[in-house]
Amino acid sequence: MSAPAAAQIEVAGLVKRFAGVAAVADLEFAVAAGEIFGLVGPDGAGKTTVMRMLAGVMPPESGRIVIDGIDVIADPERAKQHLSYMPQRFGLYEDLTVDENIRFYADLFEIPRRLRDERIGPLLAASNMAPFRRRLAGQLSGGMKQKLGLICALIHTPRILLLDEPTTGVDPVSRRDFWRILYSLRESGVTILISTAYLDEAERCTRLALLHQGRLKYCDTPRRLKQLMPGVLLTIASPDARAVRDTIAGLEGVSGVLLVGDGVRAVVDDEARRLPELRRALASAGVPFGAVARTEPTIEDLFVALLRQDEEAA
Amino acid sequence: MRVRRIKAIAVKEVLQVWRDPISLMIALLMPFMQMILLGYGISLDVKHLPVCVFDREASQLSRDLIKRFQASEYFSLVAGFDNYRDVTRALDRGECQLVLVIPIDFTERLSDTGTSAVQAVVDATDTNTANIAIGYAEAVVGGFSSDVQVEASAMKGGATDVVQPVDAQSRVWFNENLESRNFIIPGVVALVMALVGAQLTSLTISREWERGTMELLVSTPVTPMELMLGKLAPYFVIGLLDAVFCLAFSVYWFTVPFRGTLVTLFFTTSLFLIVVLGIGYLISTAIRDQVGAAQIGLLVTLLPTTLLSGYAFPIDQMPLPVQAITYVVFARYYVTILKAVFLKGSGFLDLGAPILAMIVYAGVIAYLAARAFRKQLD
Ligand SMILES: Nc1ncnc2c1ncn2[C@@H]1O[C@H](COP(=O)(O)OP(=O)(O)O)[C@@H](O)[C@H]1O
Ligand SMILES: [Mg+2]
Repeated sequence: MSAPAAAQIEVAGLVKRFAGVAAVADLEFAVAAGEIFGLVGPDGAGKTTVMRMLAGVMPPESGRIVIDGIDVIADPERAKQHLSYMPQRFGLYEDLTVDENIRFYADLFEIPRRLRDERIGPLLAASNMAPFRRRLAGQLSGGMKQKLGLICALIHTPRILLLDEPTTGVDPVSRRDFWRILYSLRESGVTILISTAYLDEAERCTRLALLHQGRLKYCDTPRRLKQLMPGVLLTIASPDARAVRDTIAGLEGVSGVLLVGDGVRAVVDDEARRLPELRRALASAGVPFGAVARTEPTIEDLFVALLRQDEEAA
Repeated sequence: MRVRRIKAIAVKEVLQVWRDPISLMIALLMPFMQMILLGYGISLDVKHLPVCVFDREASQLSRDLIKRFQASEYFSLVAGFDNYRDVTRALDRGECQLVLVIPIDFTERLSDTGTSAVQAVVDATDTNTANIAIGYAEAVVGGFSSDVQVEASAMKGGATDVVQPVDAQSRVWFNENLESRNFIIPGVVALVMALVGAQLTSLTISREWERGTMELLVSTPVTPMELMLGKLAPYFVIGLLDAVFCLAFSVYWFTVPFRGTLVTLFFTTSLFLIVVLGIGYLISTAIRDQVGAAQIGLLVTLLPTTLLSGYAFPIDQMPLPVQAITYVVFARYYVTILKAVFLKGSGFLDLGAPILAMIVYAGVIAYLAARAFRKQLD
């Protein structure tokens, strides 16, 4: 696990229990300035709870959180001046217009009016929201709501941005807008912590932390994480994918068998040994199949394989 | 504490009330409906109460007195008796509400001592009606007795400054026409304030929790104090506007006399609003769903104001333990003040005790409310 030198977010020994059950257990990680740090994990993994504690809206049971040099647990109000938090659930006022929401948050952060008006224009333009300034937030589409949330979060130019599943349920176009803004923020030195359920998005992060049942399982750059892939991912093309799946599912050293488009994907622990075995098994069962190709795993493949590996070890 | 943030929250709150038909209705229409409903609906005026007479003397004077009752629009004479057993039976059967018993020595005692007494037996099953019946009877007897005295002293050729021998209740002193509406309407102002204030504010914090806006709000640098002031300021203004409306409506529509000063009225109304808004806010911070908060809000503000403030049901006729409870009902003090300001024209000095009670109440509630909101999720 690599800890960056100049950490902008530092978390150590973080614990949070709900009614005795640990939602976050002994969490430790650090994020450097200018990173887009991804927090991924299945529902209930504890992503939201981590975000809330970092944002200073939920006190942890124990542990340490330092953001931009400020001890968040000791002085959450000071930390709030420098960070922005976008909750998973839409947190703006649906009965206020886009403009009214932005002005409300600018006022809460005491942004001088002139500065505010200078900032609103570019933010609206970057998110393609300019035509909707006078629309009630409740009448925006899911994607536009999230972009409005981001604008409100950015109006006080925070140094740290905490985004809890900001693109869940967002259309692809808005998602692209969203990420373009995140990249430009990153260039201007903003540190971003983002949780996401979309693992294709996870690849865009500078580093990733895989959270499972409140514990940090793996934490590294997407590329290096992929090297952790246990075994090799193979794609077997076949006109009768189901038959292929049923034939190879029980074989030794084969796991994670999955139907895909026009074939089957499976992870094998040892390519040199298992590949001939696979071909033999399919041939003797009389199942038709075509090319067998080695496939570059996605983050999703990786996490599914890693979590399965851990379960088997347990 | 930053004024800019307080203002931002207040503006946001106003926009939300303005765009929410239900809140708007509570703020603007409710006072009007309450005034109409309570002003017309609950009239405690009683006309043509059935009266029986047991005239033990049967003299000119006693017949004169009975004629007064006959002439009064408040009473209707239904029967005359010559023994107590019939009197009791008539009362038991509900044939009459009040029995006037004139003693054998009525005329004699009046000419001897200058005073005399009649007995009024009242069916007090319905204490309110009974109370009013007694009030009317006292007024009739009072009018009769002062006439008799004027006559008597004129015959004696004495001075005409007579001492009213009538020991009427305070309600008869200050509400000469015996209009029960005059008693009720000032108290309705308290009811409207309690209803509007608690209903609107009990929603303000729970609404943020329910709609999911609280999580974002607590992640900003806003302080609990700024939040409270920003949220309550608009409702305070709405409350005062409603008070102005109620006052105008009482005076110009219901023609209730207003003898006090506006300063006294608005000072005490402000205190009452602080209490009601503070209680609504406390409830709102404690209960996170809007329906629940609204119901509890009604329970702790409107209910005691309706039943235990004495606005329509006089406190001195409640059972003693209930009377004791009314001392913690903040509306009691406000209703006392309202009635005194409207009908007696009382000022700050006359109302020292209830005003002090309200100041203490407002201080305690404001203190609790300021500490109630904790800026975190749990
Ligand atoms: N306020 C809460 N009260 C009780 N349990 C909670 C609360 N918030 C989260 N949890 C529990 O903590 C665990 C982690 O939840 P969460 O942080 O929301 O996960 P994620 O965001 O990754 O889906 C879950 O088991 C959830 O049920
Ligand atoms: Mg979550």
